[in-house]
Amino acid sequence: MASSTRVTFPNKFLPYLLLAPQLAITIVFFYWPASQAIRQSVLREDPFGLSTQFVGLGNFKRILSDPNYLNSLQVTVVFSIATAVIAMGFALMFAVMADKVIRGKGIYRTLMIWPYAVAPAIAGMLWLFLFNPSMGTFAYMIRSAGYNWDPLLNSGQAMLLVVAAAAWKQISYNFLFFVAGLQSIPKSLIEAAAIDGAGETKRFWTIVFPLLAPTTFFLLVVNTVYAFFDTFGIIHAVTGGGPGKATETLVYKVYNDGFVNLILGDSAAQSVILMVIVIGLTAIQFRYVERKVHYG
Amino acid sequence: MASVELTNVRKVYAGAVEAVKGVDIAIKDGALCVLVGPSGCGKSTLLRMIAGLESITDGTVKIDNKVVNDLGPAERDIAMVFQNYALYPHMKVYDNMAYGLRNRGMPKDQIDKRVREAAATLELTHLLERRPKELSGGQRQRVAMGRAIVRNPKVFLFDEPLSNLDAKLRGQMRVEIKNLQRQLGVTSVYVTHDQLEAMTLADILVVMNAGAVEQIGAPLDIYEKPASTFVASFIGAPPMNLIPVTSDGSGLILKDGTRIGAQGLAVTDKDAIIGFRPEDLEVATGTESHVGGLLLDLKVLGVEPVGAESYVYGIIGGERVVVRVAGRSVSQPDDHLRVIIPKEKLHLFGGNGKRL
Repeated sequence: MASSTRVTFPNKFLPYLLLAPQLAITIVFFYWPASQAIRQSVLREDPFGLSTQFVGLGNFKRILSDPNYLNSLQVTVVFSIATAVIAMGFALMFAVMADKVIRGKGIYRTLMIWPYAVAPAIAGMLWLFLFNPSMGTFAYMIRSAGYNWDPLLNSGQAMLLVVAAAAWKQISYNFLFFVAGLQSIPKSLIEAAAIDGAGETKRFWTIVFPLLAPTTFFLLVVNTVYAFFDTFGIIHAVTGGGPGKATETLVYKVYNDGFVNLILGDSAAQSVILMVIVIGLTAIQFRYVERKVHYG
Repeated sequence: MASVELTNVRKVYAGAVEAVKGVDIAIKDGALCVLVGPSGCGKSTLLRMIAGLESITDGTVKIDNKVVNDLGPAERDIAMVFQNYALYPHMKVYDNMAYGLRNRGMPKDQIDKRVREAAATLELTHLLERRPKELSGGQRQRVAMGRAIVRNPKVFLFDEPLSNLDAKLRGQMRVEIKNLQRQLGVTSVYVTHDQLEAMTLADILVVMNAGAVEQIGAPLDIYEKPASTFVASFIGAPPMNLIPVTSDGSGLILKDGTRIGAQGLAVTDKDAIIGFRPEDLEVATGTESHVGGLLLDLKVLGVEPVGAESYVYGIIGGERVVVRVAGRSVSQPDDHLRVIIPKEKLHLFGGNGKRL
């Protein structure tokens, strides 16, 4: 593109004025709370906020040696990887299949996108009702098939349920992007590959999938962040972090410690660590994964 | 090496749109057949049907005397060069060319040999490690050609391969494609909307219009004897001048009422069209005989000198015409010229546009 034709404003303050609304929002809703969290993380405060004491890295030391915290870290890793892989895998499969539909393409796509409009807590409730061991329709079917289904007691099944609910909700979003990604691949490339003797599966893995890499990479970042942060509502509605602490992710623990147990210092320290983890993850994704991505 | 034979090939899309209406074409082994026509005439659809990318509604397509209607594109042993080249953007030039061979399970050393040979033929050797986006338009075009020839297929299919290049490069590549095709002797079908490309490349030229073949033949035969006014106006630049006339039995009358002598012209239709190439007009000096030819009055509208020749735009009998004159023209706007169309250069078409 024409990079040489750059617009320059004669007025020195205009650019800053134009940026101001975005900057203001970022400062108020991100930097300010983030700095508050960092401040809180080095303080110890009683639940009523009457006395505050500076403890340095004490909060961090205690969290990192807490087996509950390490458990929650592990839960998060399992939950995030499973959610991202399942959500992206299914979305890709659906997108490829929807791409082949010729009649009623629009209807299929619209139907596929709907779940995205469902709020996380509602989605969670939906799955909870369907799979609740005492009244869920699917739970009944699973049990009549001879399988001992009880996510209220079985931690593996609880994890399965929250992963399914979280992935289900994200599939629509991923689907949308994969469909767009597939559409941006010129038909003639697929045809050329067909003439070149590549069967359908081979075409997918040697032509389509590599060309979808930018989309896949973008979704990987988005899904990771989603699994880390946006799944709070689902976990809260479905399992509440239980049974035991089997589905307590980092974000859920931040909420639990801060707003339920009112250990503000610990909660703040956890959110600072969480922030560092996500920044680190994204940096790694951009540094190492993006290198393998070919932008067309 | 193979012949290609189309028999009554039809394509009807859902909604009963007939894109190709019963086409018969026979292409001899090693010949280069050019399908030419305006956009939407069905030429690309026809090519894609030969390639197997488009289903055949009716009729048969034979490659090497074998009906291929039900074979997939990979099984027809063809190679295609696409308009946008369709190079795999994530693969290096080498892999682009090797892809088809790998899919067919050819041993590595043979693939390497073939790719390097093809690359040498097309002067691509120094580009083998590059990716398509690092290449210029002309180089990409070459890679697309290389990907086709490396497979050593029975038939080459070209879908407007030069239309994304600038005029100069297009002329150059045209010559290269022709030479390469001759050298390899591979039967080829080439689709274009550019009549100049069609004329210069074709061994056999197929002019298409609205899904049907208007005329098939050697390029110069078509130029000299167009079968219809459509062909006459499509082949040749500037196109043939066409002047509608009416006949009252004793002579021809132009649109503006001028009666013109038409000795020896057997026009039985009431409505007819006379046609003549821009280069076939002679300016009358008063002494030459024009027996059988037409003597007409031309009013000059303007002159376009393009160097080696000049185009004189004018009006004959209320119709705009263009005349090609060697060198510079001395005519000025509003000049009146007496011009002669020699009898043997005159084309006559009936009211339905078909040659009489």
